[in-house]
Amino acid sequence: MSTDHNAHGGSDHGSSYKSYAIGFVLAVILTVAAFMIVSGHSFSPSGTILAISVLAIIQVIVHLHYFLHMSFAAGQKWNNGVFMFTVLFLFIMVVGTLFIMDNTAMHMMSR
Amino acid sequence: MAHDTTLADAHGHDEHHESPVVFGFWVYLMTDCIIFGTLFGVFAVLHNQFAGGPSGKDLFEMSTLGLETALLLISSITYGFGMIAAHKGKVNPVILWLGVTFLLGLGFVGLEVSEFRGLIAEGNGPDRSAFLSAFFTLVSTHGLHVTCGLIWIVTLMVQLAGTTTIPERMMNKLTCLSLFWHFLDIVWICVFTYVYLASMI
Amino acid sequence: MLGRFSLADLPLDVPILVGTFVGVVIVGIAVLGLITYYGKWGYLWKEWLISVDHKRLAVMYIVLALVALFRGFADAIMMRTQLALAYAGNPGYLPPHHYDQVFSAHGTIMIFFLAMAFMTGLFNLVVPLQIGARDVAFPFLNNLSFWMTAVGFILVNVSLFIGEFSQCGWLAYPPLSETQFSPGVGVDYYIIALQIAGVGTLLTGVNFFVTIIKMRAPGMTMMKMPVFTWTAFCASILIMLAFPVLTVALALLGLDRYLGMHFFTNDGGGNQMLYLSLIWTWGHPEVYILILPAFGVFSEVVPTFSRKPLFGYSTMVYATCAILVLSLVVWLHHFFTMGAGANVNAFFGIATMIISIPTGVKLFNWLFTMYKGRVEFHATMYWAVGFMITFTIGGMTGVMMAIPAADFVLHNSLFLIAHFHNVIIGGVYFGYVCGMNFWFPKAFGFKLNEAWGKRAFWLWCVGFYFAFMPLYVLGFQGMTRRLNHYDNPDWHPWLLVAEVGAVMILLGIVCQLMQLYVSVRDRNLPENIDVTGDPWNARSLEWSTSSPPPVYNFAIVPHVHELDAYFHDKENGIDTRRAGSSYAPIHMPKNTSAGLWCGLFSLILGFALVWYIWWAVVIGLVGLVATVILRSADKDIDYYIPAEEVARIENEHSRKLMAQAAE
Repeated sequence: MSTDHNAHGGSDHGSSYKSYAIGFVLAVILTVAAFMIVSGHSFSPSGTILAISVLAIIQVIVHLHYFLHMSFAAGQKWNNGVFMFTVLFLFIMVVGTLFIMDNTAMHMMSR
Repeated sequence: MAHDTTLADAHGHDEHHESPVVFGFWVYLMTDCIIFGTLFGVFAVLHNQFAGGPSGKDLFEMSTLGLETALLLISSITYGFGMIAAHKGKVNPVILWLGVTFLLGLGFVGLEVSEFRGLIAEGNGPDRSAFLSAFFTLVSTHGLHVTCGLIWIVTLMVQLAGTTTIPERMMNKLTCLSLFWHFLDIVWICVFTYVYLASMI
Repeated sequence: MLGRFSLADLPLDVPILVGTFVGVVIVGIAVLGLITYYGKWGYLWKEWLISVDHKRLAVMYIVLALVALFRGFADAIMMRTQLALAYAGNPGYLPPHHYDQVFSAHGTIMIFFLAMAFMTGLFNLVVPLQIGARDVAFPFLNNLSFWMTAVGFILVNVSLFIGEFSQCGWLAYPPLSETQFSPGVGVDYYIIALQIAGVGTLLTGVNFFVTIIKMRAPGMTMMKMPVFTWTAFCASILIMLAFPVLTVALALLGLDRYLGMHFFTNDGGGNQMLYLSLIWTWGHPEVYILILPAFGVFSEVVPTFSRKPLFGYSTMVYATCAILVLSLVVWLHHFFTMGAGANVNAFFGIATMIISIPTGVKLFNWLFTMYKGRVEFHATMYWAVGFMITFTIGGMTGVMMAIPAADFVLHNSLFLIAHFHNVIIGGVYFGYVCGMNFWFPKAFGFKLNEAWGKRAFWLWCVGFYFAFMPLYVLGFQGMTRRLNHYDNPDWHPWLLVAEVGAVMILLGIVCQLMQLYVSVRDRNLPENIDVTGDPWNARSLEWSTSSPPPVYNFAIVPHVHELDAYFHDKENGIDTRRAGSSYAPIHMPKNTSAGLWCGLFSLILGFALVWYIWWAVVIGLVGLVATVILRSADKDIDYYIPAEEVARIENEHSRKLMAQAAE
């Protein structure tokens, strides 16, 4: 089957019940942790944002690895490259937009 | 959904070219990812423009959010089980798992629609403030994607029904849908973190 | 039943539009009549409209682009004439309501439907051939992309005669474009036409990106790809990054207008500055999407007509990649005056100036390619050299405007208009026409007439300087863009000179049409016909196959050993075609009408959305989804060309080559 070259979506050896189960358990733990941190009010507001951001990033990586089967395998060079470039662009765009809009709002005293 | 109709294996038999469908769909998904990223950016800029209206703290409920998240997360793993069956070439389990995934996804969309209806009925619709415009647009763009995914699932279930094998072209379609479905789950992680939870602090 | 449409929406009181409508109807009937008279409907349908062959789609794209050129240029010369007349109390002949639509339509059409369509046409014609592929990765999506683009263009033109077009400029800045200030259908036409065309462009980007990564001939590593393919690759990446942002910006504006949301409104917490930021996050990469392929064209043309390899291939590639990345971090220079602080403006100003470095590298590469080469001043080369001079001037005025302090003076003045026409005409348009002259024989099997090509170049080039150099002066004199009339006596002479330039460009376009006519008329003359498929003694793989290429492009996929693969083979006596070897059946995609149907339903959907005809919206949407689902169930999507058929076509080409060599 030619999809061997496109390991996304699970033609590699990692796509067993076991790997889905590991991913699922990790995802549940991370999700519940984020919900508990917010409902428990145990951190300061900025600390909470930081904590749930870290949890979200970890969970995204868990999903990418266990459900989307991303890895550093040689056949996935372009898949990963496309993904990394997208993340880079999103970083530039979101951070740039916030930088510009924040600065403008400050100077225009609109906030 | 234009993407499941790519010419599946027009070049599959040439000496060295594997089917580009799955890779092409991954690339397409990345452009979709930019749409979501832009909407997140817009939400970040407008998240405190309440215009005298309610804030997220007043509107969002942890229990609905938890249920929605649970449905989507479980649907990810049921789709995964479907893919495992597909790799073994077993048609009926694939249809079964697709059906389960469909029901979970439908439950998610149903919950979201009833949440939106509640908000609009109380006068907190998307035309209330910039914050609510951004909220409704971001979350319903995700919901619309899930709805497209549901239509896609039904399409593939119908196409699979009555067959006994999974040819390469069908396998590619299932793989693309798998990418799509798991991708939407990843978007949802960002939605519940930055839209809901961050507003509830 | 018909939504918000009423007979009062037909512009029967505007003589220009009624006249245009009559003209379009007459020409339309004539064209349809001719097709019927010659019985070409079946041919047109089977060989063109539903074709998934990239070479056919390329021709259709370029025809679309030329039609857009006529429409866009008609708008341009109308504006120039208005400004030549509307002076000191004379209102001119275009009232503001009409004039505002004209300048909005001019920008929209020139960028989205002339430049983008022309660029996509060149991609389609050249990229698969240059990388030794038999088609693009997704041939059906390629056809779908074309129809989406065409439907967008049709919608913009429908707005001429039914309702009105946007009056908010080519980027429809809010709050002017919000319902509060633009309650009519104009902005809705604009948003929806661009959204539909945007789907086509995005799919084109994905298609060519995947094609270039996955379908290169064996041996062609990334650093052995021709530079045009490299620029197409980088432009595709930029399309995929930038167009989703445009989609979002226009969708949010649409939501404001259709559902009363508050993204960019004055009230409800909306923020117009956010629209500017979003639209230029797309808009700046967009200009690099357009110019990079033009750079690619020159990188093919200059070495071919200088009889030398390209100077500094790898620096050319790195410069292209550097521009790709830098173009993502400069978007604020379009709105320095918005009110952000000095640190923001400084960052984006410096980033903008840095772009001129890789661009300068490219210019020097072309100059050094010509240096000590046996330069043949073919018409194609005229456009290239004209580009180098004109684009350098435009680039330098761009660097001037990258200085925030200077931009506060020049912003939205005619200096800006002169600058971007300087780079778009002198860079993009000259580049694409250069490419058309260069690759025309590849598409049709005969050369374009050179004398008319040179006439067209001189009129365009000189006309350009007459039309736009005065605009630099007017910018310094304080004339802002989009003025309908004025009373400053200092401006008037300059605007008269600009009008002369516009007329010269008109004559240039006439020469281009004459060039096409004369070339088609004389296509069978021995000096025009391209028997070998390599009329210029060129370097890359597209010239190794016949002109026009067979449907499968290459009977045997070529093996690439070196940069400039075909030239390397010619030098070393290798037959790239490997004629006479045994052929295998070739697997090809079948033509399909699904793309055409998707386009038709999109047209219904778009038109109905503009006019709030909700029942037709449902028809369009359901039809679109149903077409796509049916297409996905279609099993009859490919076929094999038998080996005997391949052998017959190839042997015939070999016979012609032999006969040519014997002469």
